[in-house]
Amino acid sequence: MPILEVENLSISFNQYTAGLKRKNIQVISSLHVTLEAGEILAVVGASGSGKSLLAHAILGILPDNALVSGTIKYNGELLTPSTQASLRGKEIALIPQSTNYLDPLMRVGNQVRTSVQTGDATLAQRAVFKRLHLQQTVEKMYPFQLSGGMARRALLSTAIVSDAKVIIADEPTPGLDPVVMKEALNNFREFADNGCAVMLITHDIESALMIADKIAVFYAGTTVELAPVEDFTGNGEALRHPYSKALWRALPQNDFTPIPGSQPHPSDLPTGCLFAPRCTMATSACSEEQPDMRNIRNGMVRCMHAT
Amino acid sequence: MRKMLLGKLGIFLLLKGLRMLTLLIAICFISFLLVKNSPIDPIQAYIGADMLKVGPEQREKIAEYWGLDQPVMVQFLNWGSALLAGDLGTSMIFRRPVAEIIGERFVNSLILMVTAWVLSGVIGFVMGVVSAMKKDSWIDRLIKWYCYTLASTPTFWLGLLMLIVFAVWLGWFPIGLGVPAGVLAADVTIADRIEHLILPAITLSIIGVANVALHTRQKLIDVLASDYVLFARARGERGFILFWRHGLRNVALPAITLQFAAFGELFGGAVLAEQIFSYPGLGQATVEAGLRGDVPLLLGLVIFSTFFVFAGNLIADLIYYVVDPRTRESRMI
Repeated sequence: MPILEVENLSISFNQYTAGLKRKNIQVISSLHVTLEAGEILAVVGASGSGKSLLAHAILGILPDNALVSGTIKYNGELLTPSTQASLRGKEIALIPQSTNYLDPLMRVGNQVRTSVQTGDATLAQRAVFKRLHLQQTVEKMYPFQLSGGMARRALLSTAIVSDAKVIIADEPTPGLDPVVMKEALNNFREFADNGCAVMLITHDIESALMIADKIAVFYAGTTVELAPVEDFTGNGEALRHPYSKALWRALPQNDFTPIPGSQPHPSDLPTGCLFAPRCTMATSACSEEQPDMRNIRNGMVRCMHAT
Repeated sequence: MRKMLLGKLGIFLLLKGLRMLTLLIAICFISFLLVKNSPIDPIQAYIGADMLKVGPEQREKIAEYWGLDQPVMVQFLNWGSALLAGDLGTSMIFRRPVAEIIGERFVNSLILMVTAWVLSGVIGFVMGVVSAMKKDSWIDRLIKWYCYTLASTPTFWLGLLMLIVFAVWLGWFPIGLGVPAGVLAADVTIADRIEHLILPAITLSIIGVANVALHTRQKLIDVLASDYVLFARARGERGFILFWRHGLRNVALPAITLQFAAFGELFGGAVLAEQIFSYPGLGQATVEAGLRGDVPLLLGLVIFSTFFVFAGNLIADLIYYVVDPRTRESRMI
């Protein structure tokens, strides 16, 4: 049984446009993701495809003007706002993107200690700092005194000390030098090998491929494909969705050829398949109705032409 | 490291002292020129009603004796050097040294201003915090409405209103003055003084509340929308714990600094409030000195208030410099 199951998730925001006119902007539509214990799922996609919102929706920390529909199950149980509140930081931990997520006026050590659920907080914090090669002097520092790499490790340590079973890492790698990055990725692999489930949200496909077990490809607020990592090879023949193939071929080490056009804005989504306007395989049927996710060859895809 | 910090603090204070000095010189010079060019005739102001008995020759004699026939710059330097020697001159209304009057009045005003300052700071901060934590609720609307109304209320008008309601209609408080009328100075009790203090202090603090409350509200709303509060919520923090750990420390410092920087408004408010309540403080003395052409007292008060407002701003700067870790610890590196 998957530890985390997101089904048919849609998120929209109520916004005031001109004057008092309200507009409902759909940013995530019928999204499916499943996460198993002991595995790393990488969520990849361009910026603005709704990756971070997925993380916030799972934790229940979306802004007040967000409307959420669909279901999120944790250990087979349906999550409600109150169960989400009791799971946050205990069972499900978030590793955010940057130093901005640390309180600027609180010493780093204290911030890590607030995440400790049981036992001696100071001991736990010192142990994890040692494990991540952070000197003990770092605990007395304020966030503005940390280097990029130190800040990431401090954020990482908040998740480690919490003993959470599901770890959601939101863009943990940008700005890290290769050595530190490799170390961070190895830490995630270690989490998974210890029985945690890791959701790695990133637009860095290369690093995702290095450690992930499965890849979920996002496009315009929905998942277009869920594939085992082995399928990302060669010319992308094993991939199911035309967007995943295009994404794979656009990488520098592959063809380095981009496809024309750009991801549609949430306020201006096409009817039918969201990728149809840019797809070479699109037929008239594609623009009539958004295809459902289907199982194909040990993966899932949202395309009626996929084989 | 501590020694280095103290050294830097010394330089900081030295620079501030220098700025204070230049500011004072400029203020002294400008006020002197303004008074010099005002229609106040120092001789007439000094002699008062006996002016008719003084002939033109006698006038000239007095002018010569006071050095009024000399060029303006020489007069300024004469006044300035007396000032440096600590002699602020003699008040014409009170016929006593200016320094003595300012000292005495300042004690009265200080009690009033400190009470109003602490009250408005604490109440305003709490109101701002409640308002931000319950944003868009009825209590937030109520507090906002109250603050906007107060922010646009003149002190003297509110003072009159308080006087009408609480002193005249309800008779809870005395109508004015700092001590009861017709009682020997030796018989005035502390309770008497406090009774006379309450209305002006409340008037002054009610006005000050709006500023702190609205500022704290906005700042806390920004803090609550920040990434670090989002992350704190993601770690399971909420409600009061969240505010205590992340809200308070990020909001308190700006609020305290704002309160110190508001010394100028406090002084300005005191001038009006003291006038309404006939409270014998610095503010009332300022109005008297201005209306009755008491030049030495007026100049003394100008210098003193400059000093007072500057001190408030200096403390505000100093608090940021010493308390905020971002400025404190970056200097140590």
